[in-house]
Amino acid sequence: MNFIFSFFDEPAIIVGLMALIGLISLKKSVSQVVSGTLKTIIGFIIFQIGSGAIAEALGQLGPAFESAFHLQGVVPTNEAIIALVQEQFGMQMALIMAFGFVANLLLARFTSLKYVFLTGHHMLFMAGLLAAILTVIGFQGTSLIVIGSLLLGVTMVVTPALVQPFYRAASGSDSVAMGHYNALPYCLAALIARWIGNKEHSTEDIHVPENLSFFKDNVISTGIVMLLLFVITILLADTSVIEKLANGKNAGMFSIMAAMKFTGGFVIVLQGVRMMLAEIIPAFKGISEKLVPNAIPALDCPVIFPFAPNAVIIGFLSSLTGAIVMFLILPFTGLAIIIPGLIPIFFVGAAAGVLTNAQGGLRGTIIGCFVSGAILNVLPAFLLPLLGSLGYANSTFGDADLVLTGIIVGTIGKIFSQEGIYVLLAILFVTFVALQMKAKMTSQVKE
Amino acid sequence: MNIVTVCGMGMGSSLVLKMNIDDILKRKGIKADVEACDLGSLVGKVADIVVTTYELKLQVEDKGYNVVYVRSVIDKKALEELILDAVGKLKK
Repeated sequence: MNFIFSFFDEPAIIVGLMALIGLISLKKSVSQVVSGTLKTIIGFIIFQIGSGAIAEALGQLGPAFESAFHLQGVVPTNEAIIALVQEQFGMQMALIMAFGFVANLLLARFTSLKYVFLTGHHMLFMAGLLAAILTVIGFQGTSLIVIGSLLLGVTMVVTPALVQPFYRAASGSDSVAMGHYNALPYCLAALIARWIGNKEHSTEDIHVPENLSFFKDNVISTGIVMLLLFVITILLADTSVIEKLANGKNAGMFSIMAAMKFTGGFVIVLQGVRMMLAEIIPAFKGISEKLVPNAIPALDCPVIFPFAPNAVIIGFLSSLTGAIVMFLILPFTGLAIIIPGLIPIFFVGAAAGVLTNAQGGLRGTIIGCFVSGAILNVLPAFLLPLLGSLGYANSTFGDADLVLTGIIVGTIGKIFSQEGIYVLLAILFVTFVALQMKAKMTSQVKE
Repeated sequence: MNIVTVCGMGMGSSLVLKMNIDDILKRKGIKADVEACDLGSLVGKVADIVVTTYELKLQVEDKGYNVVYVRSVIDKKALEELILDAVGKLKK
């Protein structure tokens, strides 16, 4: 009996079970089932090992940053915060992810929102966020898993649905949707672009140099940003603080090594997450194809990049400008300092660029993505106080919908405690039923 | 046969590509190991064919792989042509 219970204490085993069930239900061969299940478990273990390296480097950055700038500095990097989340809530996170997918399938099967969210790392991040924030509100055990899974399922159909009008305008069809938790900046940027921009002057009419694409290599962009961040911070911090942290080593070399260790940890975490998702996501896709007729897969944002390659680069640059402007304003607001995270800014800015170009051309893209970048760089500051002890971790979630979901759920929980969350779920349920009835009535009228 | 699909993070577009290529090869009865991978860890991988998007051409073309570039990772028709063509060439 003890062995069975200890099964559920290990998140690696839970994700392994997810893969096992998926692979068996797809009637894969025995060798595929065994290797897929084992790879998923080992992927999760690799992820846990990388977590340690990231946590260590962040633990050194925190005190140095406070000593240098007398402010809390926060790097919004999903991979870093999720590494810390899994140390405390690994099991809850894995269970919420598994049952959240079931909730997504049920919603897609029985409502008019036919989206099946297949961006695995974003599912994992949202599951981790919900596990952390619901625990702060006081949920635990089964209720934590049930409520977390329901909320995860809701975000998995609602965010693609919100972006879909703009996605359709940019991609020309309804065959794919946006499975990337940034509906807020995407919709806002697209609406601004439609309002201010001019569709006639497309970004695709101008010539843009291509050599900025090295940012897509996540190892390089993370390494460069971390190097700048650690070196500048450690050079500006008090010598006494640094001496303690560096433990007798040369401060300059210590800062370089800390930055490289963070990046190394980041690469390991990515490797683990990738290994685990490579088995789980195809299984999820196979299951959804069987259970949800006419499902629209919601896929990661780069899928939309080819529809407007120039907009990708212009969107990234104006999003980066927006984020830096916000970064410079933040010290005057008393909020925590959010250090622009290049990865979310690149991917969100680029995808927003394609969406805004379809609404408002070049001018719309520049202005819309500027706003999107600014939002990305301020929103996390409001999430920190709601994350409990994780709020002091010097890292936080980077994508806007993760942050917004955290803020909404966290604030409701803070003001109305647990009852507020039940009411939120009830409101969501009623909304879905009402939408469903409305959709049925309109289809009857048409007939 | 080893096929490696590549994108910036190694778990978004490349995974979509992998799943679509798996579908195509299964339908055609071709046996292959298809693996998704990120740009950073491509070097050192053994691959008969590397599949990626045109956006990463600059980063991939000098690595000495037999590369197939696609415009869109979701356009299965175009993907099928390109992949079957590359697999056919390989067999010769």
